Amino acid sequence: MSNVFLALQANEETRAIIEAITEDNPHAVVHPSPAMVKIDAEGSLTVRRETIEALIGRSFDLQELHINLISLSGHIDETDDELTLHWNA
Amino acid sequence: MDMNVPKKKLSLKEKYSHMTRGLDWEPSYQSKDDVYPYAKYEGIKIHDWDKWEDPFRLTMDAYWKYQAEKERKLYAIIDAYAQNNGHLSVTDARYINTVKLFLTGVSPLEYMAHRGFAHVGRQLPGAGPRVACLMQSIDEIRHAQTQVHSLSNYNKYYNGLHDFRHMHDRVWYLSVPKSFFDDAITAGPFEFMVAIGFSFEYVLTNLLFVPFVSGAAYNGDMGAMTFGFSAQSDEARHMTLGLEVIKFMLEQDPDNLPIVQRWIDKWAWRGTRVLTLVAMMMDYMLPKRIMSWKEAWEVYFEENGGALFKDLARYGITMPKCIEDITKEKEHLSHQAWATFYNYGAAAAFHTWTPDEDEMNWLSEKYPDSFDKYYRPRLEYWRDEAAKGNRFYNKTLPMLCQVCQIPMLFTEPGDPTKICYREAQYKDDKYHFCSDHCKEIFEHEPEKYIQSWLPVHQIYQGNCFPEGTDPTAEGFDPLAAVLAYYHMNFGRDNLDFEGSEDQKNFDAWRGVATSND
Repeated sequence: MSNVFLALQANEETRAIIEAITEDNPHAVVHPSPAMVKIDAEGSLTVRRETIEALIGRSFDLQELHINLISLSGHIDETDDELTLHWNA
Repeated sequence: MDMNVPKKKLSLKEKYSHMTRGLDWEPSYQSKDDVYPYAKYEGIKIHDWDKWEDPFRLTMDAYWKYQAEKERKLYAIIDAYAQNNGHLSVTDARYINTVKLFLTGVSPLEYMAHRGFAHVGRQLPGAGPRVACLMQSIDEIRHAQTQVHSLSNYNKYYNGLHDFRHMHDRVWYLSVPKSFFDDAITAGPFEFMVAIGFSFEYVLTNLLFVPFVSGAAYNGDMGAMTFGFSAQSDEARHMTLGLEVIKFMLEQDPDNLPIVQRWIDKWAWRGTRVLTLVAMMMDYMLPKRIMSWKEAWEVYFEENGGALFKDLARYGITMPKCIEDITKEKEHLSHQAWATFYNYGAAAAFHTWTPDEDEMNWLSEKYPDSFDKYYRPRLEYWRDEAAKGNRFYNKTLPMLCQVCQIPMLFTEPGDPTKICYREAQYKDDKYHFCSDHCKEIFEHEPEKYIQSWLPVHQIYQGNCFPEGTDPTAEGFDPLAAVLAYYHMNFGRDNLDFEGSEDQKNFDAWRGVATSND
């Protein structure tokens, strides 16, 4: 199965998001580079609203991700609670 | 972000459905074909536009909210960077030449993308893609504006940035990105979506923005880094639109497959040719390197693009044929491009130079199979000649490829010692190409590409001199006349970095900034 990836700016807002992603996706590999972080994951990667909210202590709209998103790969499925990236092959 | 998120009344899916469906209407006194005149001629068959779904489900209200947030962040940093003399914190003044190339070559394309998506958003008959195209169109004009704003700070201090829009439409190497976009925008709406939405945004944009933006960050350019990230944050949405459009066309009708495949093959090649400029920037123009072009190609194309095409295989889509040749070229591309700009350094609006010893060693390490063997000796020869006062400037004009408009600088796939030439006869004329792929693109649509505005041909035809120039006058200097037509200042904007006004000013100002003299 191929990797999907999500790249985020490295800043105060994404610190908790990255932490939540690694918590929810034990198979994900985080690659920090100057000013950004690229997260690779085999097959699929899920960002969960509740995990982020637990870490930041406030409600979070998953669409806030757009502010700090740099790039991604894979098919996307987004609901109020989860954003999932995946490949079908 | 300190943002209070109110309790939602509708779920994301419901909101998306309400905000993108039922907004259009069936025309009653005009036929649908007259309202959407470009929707059918490319041969793409769509049976149900409502099958279109934006996986991000972004609606206009949320769009404005998040875009406003991005702008506030961006302008806070642009102001801080300017107020703090940020330009003096870049690694060295050679870096600023990447910014010049970006402003003259890339920012005007953002504006064209704005126009392109506005046009396509008008021409596609489905409400879902129309909303997505509208957002992308607004994004693209935002990118053009924020890039111009961020980079205008450099224009206060450095040469070559003073007339980027004028240059974009005239200068020989800028005809490469310009003609690429003109080609896309003059295609039909579906081809435009494959060209820009899919091939460029999805497959290739990471190779432009991620290395450029990380490169800016590595080299201390907070202004460029910030607009880059701000633009890039829209890019994820654009990529998603690009992938969605491909899936949508392929799911709508099996007859769409061969048409879509041909466009993917064409635009993967056209886009990669344009990225030659990025390859050169990464390997030669960033004083502090992030990764080599070859490495970027491997991560963002071979690995990521490989996964994409593997996924699309279920629709019958195959990897573009040109990829085999691009894979061979990755060892050579940046070296051949930089050598060409070094040659024509008198006719470029940025400075060129030979890499120093450390930089050559970096290139040897990154390109163990090609740099020392083919490219280092030539750079060392030029460096030694320049030290003796014989800086080489090529004064004859190169032959250009009829399709990509790049000078014939590329070598045969598999033989880096032999320049690759191809030609084709069409009606009464002979046309020249840099590669089999550009030739094939021409042969499929000759009536389009015979209209190419090729800078070298135009110069020889006398169309690139200021009005009133008499080329038959005694002592006529063609280069001076062409530079005047380009609005380039000889001796300030062009020639070697060594001894340039930019170099002297940067050193003097940085001296002032870090001492009490």
